[in-house]
Amino acid sequence: MRDVAIIGVGMTKWGELWEKSLRTIFTETALLAIADAGVDKIDSMVVGCMSSGLFVGQEHLASLLADELGRTPVPAARVESACSSGGLALRQGFIEVASGMSDVVLVGGVEKMTDVTGCEATYALGTAADQEYEGYHGLTFPGLYAMMAVAHMHRYGTTREQLAMVAVKNHDNGSRNPLAQFPFKITVDGVLNSVLVADPLRILDCSPITDGAAAVVLCPADMARKLKKPVVRIAGSGQATDTIALASRKDLTWLESTHIAAGKALAMAGRKVDEIDLFEVHDCFTIAEIMVTEALGLVEKGRGGKAVEEGLTGRDGRFPVNPSGGLKAKGHPVGATGVAQAVEVAKQLRGEAGDRQIKGARRGLTQNMGGTGGSSVVHVFEAE
Amino acid sequence: MPTPSRYWREIPQRYRMEAGKCKACGFIAFPPRVVCPACGAREFVPAKLAAGGKILTYTIIRVPPQPFEDQAPYAVGIAELDDGVKLTAQVVDCDFADLKVGLRVRLEFRKLSEEGEAGIIYYGYKFVPE
Amino acid sequence: MAGIIGYGAYIPRNRIRVEEIAKVWGADAPSFKKGLMLEEKSVPSPDQDTITMAVEGSKRALKRAGIDPREIGAVYVGSESHPYAVKPSGTVLAEAIGATPDVHTADLEFACKAGTEGMFIALNLVRSGAVKYALAVGADTSQGAPGDALEYSAAAGAAAFIFGAERLVAEVLETYSYTTDMPDFWRREYQYYPQHGGRFTGDPAYFAHVTGAARGIMARAGMKPSDFRYVVFHQPNGKFPLRVGEMLGFTKAQIEPGWLVKKLGNTYSGSSPLGLTATLDVAAAGDKILLVSYGSGAGSDAFVIRVTERIDEVRDLAPRTRTLLDSNKVYLEYGVYAKYRRKIRKAE
Repeated sequence: MRDVAIIGVGMTKWGELWEKSLRTIFTETALLAIADAGVDKIDSMVVGCMSSGLFVGQEHLASLLADELGRTPVPAARVESACSSGGLALRQGFIEVASGMSDVVLVGGVEKMTDVTGCEATYALGTAADQEYEGYHGLTFPGLYAMMAVAHMHRYGTTREQLAMVAVKNHDNGSRNPLAQFPFKITVDGVLNSVLVADPLRILDCSPITDGAAAVVLCPADMARKLKKPVVRIAGSGQATDTIALASRKDLTWLESTHIAAGKALAMAGRKVDEIDLFEVHDCFTIAEIMVTEALGLVEKGRGGKAVEEGLTGRDGRFPVNPSGGLKAKGHPVGATGVAQAVEVAKQLRGEAGDRQIKGARRGLTQNMGGTGGSSVVHVFEAE
Repeated sequence: MPTPSRYWREIPQRYRMEAGKCKACGFIAFPPRVVCPACGAREFVPAKLAAGGKILTYTIIRVPPQPFEDQAPYAVGIAELDDGVKLTAQVVDCDFADLKVGLRVRLEFRKLSEEGEAGIIYYGYKFVPE
Repeated sequence: MAGIIGYGAYIPRNRIRVEEIAKVWGADAPSFKKGLMLEEKSVPSPDQDTITMAVEGSKRALKRAGIDPREIGAVYVGSESHPYAVKPSGTVLAEAIGATPDVHTADLEFACKAGTEGMFIALNLVRSGAVKYALAVGADTSQGAPGDALEYSAAAGAAAFIFGAERLVAEVLETYSYTTDMPDFWRREYQYYPQHGGRFTGDPAYFAHVTGAARGIMARAGMKPSDFRYVVFHQPNGKFPLRVGEMLGFTKAQIEPGWLVKKLGNTYSGSSPLGLTATLDVAAAGDKILLVSYGSGAGSDAFVIRVTERIDEVRDLAPRTRTLLDSNKVYLEYGVYAKYRRKIRKAE
C-alpha cells in the first residue's frame, strides 16, 4: 500500500443556494480543489451523495458530474452510506490511490437539499433509518437521536444544558468560518428556548438543511513531495457498520461503529487518540457529538456531557472538536459533510485555517457517521 | 409510506407480531430474517412476541414526517418486551407527562397512517400503558 | 344448541361532554341532556377506527372463548363506518386474529343493527354445522353532522361475539327479525354525513320495529317480559330504550345493566351489542336476556339468550364493559374533537 496525500482542497459557501443547482455547486467546488492541487490529469472520481434521487430526481450522478466537469471518460463512481457518504467517498479514493490503482483521484461530496419541501427532506433523510420498522411508525432522525439522548441522560445524568453547550461551542467556532451556513454565535439560553423538534432536542440542537459541496484531490505522497506541495497524509482509514434500527442496538447510548472504525484508523496510522490535535466529528445533533467523543475514547463512557461543560473539546481544550463549526454551524449537506471534514483538517494541518487555527496542529481525525450509527467512517491525517 | 405490496408483505409482523426464533441459539428476530445476527445460523422456527414490556427510551415527535403531519405531537418509544425483544413504536393513550423510562406498556392494534384520502390505510401495533 | 362462547368489548378513552358541543353551536345544553338523557359520548382517537376496535374487541372475545383462532370458520364485521367503501374490514380482522386463510368473511351494513346481523348469521352457521366457530362484531366510529342533534350522541365502540356449539357462555334459544322498508335515516354514497327524518325516526321507526321484534320473539318463544332477568335495547339516546321498555312492560332494573348510552353515546352497530357485553358482565347462570337491536332503514333483530355457569369462569378474563366505560377517560374540547373527527376542512 502506498502512502496517500491530499494535495488540493475546495469548498464554497454553504447555505440555501437557491440560484445554484446540484451540478453547479459540485462543479464549482471541484474546480477549486483541482486548482489548489495544481494537477491537470485526474485518473478517477469518487462522489459521495446520500440521495440525489430523492432530492433532485437524479441518479447516475457520478457520470453526470464527470460530464459537467468536462472530464469524461474519467471513471467515476458514486458511493452512499447515508450521512457518511462523504467519508466513504474519501475512503474509496484513498483505497484507489493506496492500492496503486489510480494516481490522482478527485473525491467530492455534494447534496442539494432545498429543491424539496421541509417535509420531503425529512422523509429523504429518514430513509437512512429502518423504513419498515422505524419510519413506518413515524420516526424521524431528530426523534431517533432524541431517544438516544433520553437514554444517555437517564443512564449518565447528561443534562439539557450540556447538550446546548455543544451547539454553543460549535457556533463559536463556526463564527470564524466564512464558508459556514450560520457563521454567528448563539447562547445556551437561546438553545434552551428554541422550538422543540423531538423532546428533548430543540431546533438549535439539530444540524440544518443545507446545499453545498466539498472536494479534495488525492495522490501518492511521493508525488505530492515531488510537486513540493504541503503534504497532508491520510495516515489511517477505518469503517464499520452496526444495526440500522436503533432498537436492535445492544446499547442505545453507545456508538459501536464509531468506536471500531476509529480503532482501525488509528491502528493503521500507528497512533493513539491522545496524539491527535483536532477532531472533526459528526454532530448531526448535539447528543451525537457527546456520544462520539466517548466512542473515540476522548473521555470515559458517559462523561461526554461533563467533558463539553468542562471545556475539554473547546478550541483551547485538550481535544478541540469541530473547529470548523461542525455540522451545526457549518451546515450539513449530507453527502458533502465527510469530505468537508477532511478539507478542514487539511487546512488546519497546512496552517491555513485563519481564525480557527489550532496552534501547532500536526495530526487530525475526522469521524463521519450514517443514520443513528449504522455506519461510521474515520480517517486520521498527519502533516509531514 | 409503503406501496401496497410492501405493506402486505409485512402483515404477519404488523398484525400478528410473528417473529423467527433461531434454532441454534434462541435469538428472536423481529422481523424474521434469513441470517441470525447473533450466531449466523440460517434456520428459524416461528415465534410470537410477548404482549408487553417496559419503555427503554422515548421522545415526543413535534416535527413530523409527511404522512404523520396531522398526528403531531405524538410519542414514540423503544420498549424491551418481556421476551427480551426490543421494539420501536408510538406510545398512545398516555399523557406526555406520564412517559418515563421503565413505564410498562402492552401492544395494541391501531391505525398508523394512510395514503391520503384515497390511498390504503396502514395498520399495525402501538404501545399503550398497561 | 348454539350460542356465545366468548365476548369482548372495546371503548376508546376519549370523551366529549354535551355542554362542550352545545356551547359551540349556541344550543341549550341542559335541555339536550334532559331530552336525550345523555351526558357525554366516546370519541375515537385519530388512530382508531372500526377495524382497530373490532380487532381489540375480538382479541378479548378470544381470551374468554379460549379457542384457537384458526378454528374460526367465519368472521363478520357489521358497521356503518367501515374504513373502506370497497375492501373489507373483515379481512383485516381475520388476519389480525390469525383466522386466515380458512375462513369466510363479509362486511355487513344495516345502520345500527349491522352488528346483530352478523350475530344472526354467525349463530346460524354454527347451528347448521357449517362452521365450528364464527365471530361477529358490531363496531362503529359514526359521524354526526356538526350542529345536528345526532352530533351529541354519535359515538365509537365495538363488541365482539364468538359463537360455538359447546362450552357455551350463553345459549341463544330463539331469534326473530322484524324488517320493513323505511327512509328514517340514511346516507347516500359520497356524502360525508347522514341525514334523518327528525321526529319520524321515533314512533314509526325505532318504536315500531323494536316493539314489533320484541313482541314477535316473545310470541314465538312463549315468553313474557317477567321471564327475562335483563333486556337490552338499541340505545340511540337515553330516553328511547327506557320508553320502549316501559311500552313493552319491562322494568328499569331489567334495562339498567345494559343501559350505557348516558355516558357512552350511541355506538351505532356497537350499541345493543355493547349493552349485551355489559349485561353478560353481571349476569348469573340461568338468567335470560332479551336483546333487541334497531337499524334505520329499518329493522330489528331479537335474540333470547340464556346464560350458563361458564359466565363465572370467563367474565374477568378480559376487561368488563363498565370498566372500559368509566375508567381512564380523557375529556376533549370541541376543537380537538373536530380535528379528530375530521370535521375541519384542510388544504388539498
